[in-house]
Amino acid sequence: MIWVNIIIQGILVGGLYALFAAGLSLIFGVMRLVNIAHGDFIVAAAFLAWVVVQATGLNPLFSLIVVVPLAMAFGYALQKWILNRTLGKDILPPLLVTFGLSIILQNGLLAVFTADSRKLNAGVVETASFPLLPDVAIGYLPLLQFIVAVAVIWGLQYLFYNTALGRAFRATSDDSETALLMGLDQRKVYAWAMALCMGVVAIAGVFLGVRSNFDPFMGPGRLIFGFEAVIIGGLGNLWGTLIGGVILGVSQAIGAQINPGWQVLAGHLVFLLVLAIRPKGLFPRIEG
Amino acid sequence: MSEVLLSVENLEAWYGDAKVLHGLSFQLKQGEVLALIGSNGAGKSTLLKCICGLLQKKTGRVSFKNEVITSFVANDIVAKGIALVPEGRKLFPSLSVEENLILGGNVGRKGPWSLSAIYNLFPILKEKRNAPSTSLSGGQQQMVAIGRGLMSNPDLILLDELSLGLAPIVIKDIYDMLPKIIGNGLTAILVEQDVTRALASSQQFLCIQEGRISLGGAPKAFTKDQISAAYFGM
Ligand SMILES: Nc1ncnc2c1ncn2[C@@H]1O[C@H](COP(=O)(O)OP(=O)(O)O)[C@@H](O)[C@H]1O
Ligand SMILES: [Mg+2]
Repeated sequence: MIWVNIIIQGILVGGLYALFAAGLSLIFGVMRLVNIAHGDFIVAAAFLAWVVVQATGLNPLFSLIVVVPLAMAFGYALQKWILNRTLGKDILPPLLVTFGLSIILQNGLLAVFTADSRKLNAGVVETASFPLLPDVAIGYLPLLQFIVAVAVIWGLQYLFYNTALGRAFRATSDDSETALLMGLDQRKVYAWAMALCMGVVAIAGVFLGVRSNFDPFMGPGRLIFGFEAVIIGGLGNLWGTLIGGVILGVSQAIGAQINPGWQVLAGHLVFLLVLAIRPKGLFPRIEG
Repeated sequence: MSEVLLSVENLEAWYGDAKVLHGLSFQLKQGEVLALIGSNGAGKSTLLKCICGLLQKKTGRVSFKNEVITSFVANDIVAKGIALVPEGRKLFPSLSVEENLILGGNVGRKGPWSLSAIYNLFPILKEKRNAPSTSLSGGQQQMVAIGRGLMSNPDLILLDELSLGLAPIVIKDIYDMLPKIIGNGLTAILVEQDVTRALASSQQFLCIQEGRISLGGAPKAFTKDQISAAYFGM
């Protein structure tokens, strides 16, 4: 029964990893941009939520009402004024610029918030749980986090395949020049994609901050987990990203059970294993 | 009586440092069909790209409905009423047939064309509306590309090599539809390798040779030999 418990907890944590990964997957899918600062944006969102909670006394989960729109507006502006200028045939400029953003964010957060670690306090929901089986209790917070992850992935998937914005994303990703002939300005389409990505980043940041302590230098680690989830699941497939997150979460939970020091290592090993066996991930997008 | 819709004056265009168009000038009246002929690499597609705004590196003047649009970008020009059906069709592979058509109407111009009008014109597309656009035959893909262009309800449609890569019988089917496509008084520029077919479908023609106009006017005004001399540069 102990292993059932470990696996279930791993699956639930996988939801958080899928939230880390969904924005990365979205942005790569729409504009082939790899955002090195993605993890730092997640941490920055957690700090933003912390500020909102301090100022308003809101429960951090409800602070999302403020944090998500702010993050989306920021994402739109970031793409419009900075990242759009880096996109082109050469893949190096966006990597360099987002790497630079990562450093700026870490040091900016350090300057404003110091290196002290902080936490978002969501109250009783953090510790409350219900028994599923004998010896297997499900925490409300991990469950909520997982449900939100599934809802976010489902929502993105729906948006991608059933709305005008999703059509614009897919068309621009297919062929941005022909998309211009449809009246679609790729710079605007990309700005909307980044706005959406940052909305998901805000959700991920708040769950990160409620689950554990965070400090200005946690970003790169979250980026790695996000990357691993995306690659395990297969590029360009959002449901694959969710499954990738779950596989990563379960691997880490099993590793930690064998030896507490092996938690992160076990995740990396499974990631390498998947890369070696299926270099395109488990569920790559089927090309037309 | 009929007004000038499109006017091109002394147009020059470059790809990087390579000059491809060397001072083209012509006018197109409302409701006319202009055939653009010339051998491979003459600059026909480049001229269309200049008109619809896909090619920015150019000088001279392009005016449409008495507005100078030389410096406009493609996504604004389509909203002004110029649609390009590009060479090679360029359908969006991630979109279904119907989504490709809907996207063609993205700029929201009013007019006779709608999804149902396109499906009346090409009933097979209605049957295949949910299929991925790349799963269709070449001729059906060309219908989607034409339909997608029409969906923006343009005043001027630029048709670049509709017959490219299609079987003769399919080409004939598409050209039989042409009167319906450019009915409603739509003005069109038709690029076509098959000179006889192009001239039969148009009131005016321009022959381009190495980026310059080598001959132009009404097809009836010239003999076959004159036209082929302009075409091949002999
Ligand atoms: N994207 C491009 N980059 C550089 N040169 C190009 C490009 N497209 C076309 N050209 C060149 O421009 C000239 C005219 O091409 P194009 O307009 O496509 O000819 P046509 O449509 O009449 O066959 C050709 O010499 C061709 O090689
Ligand atoms: Mg051509």
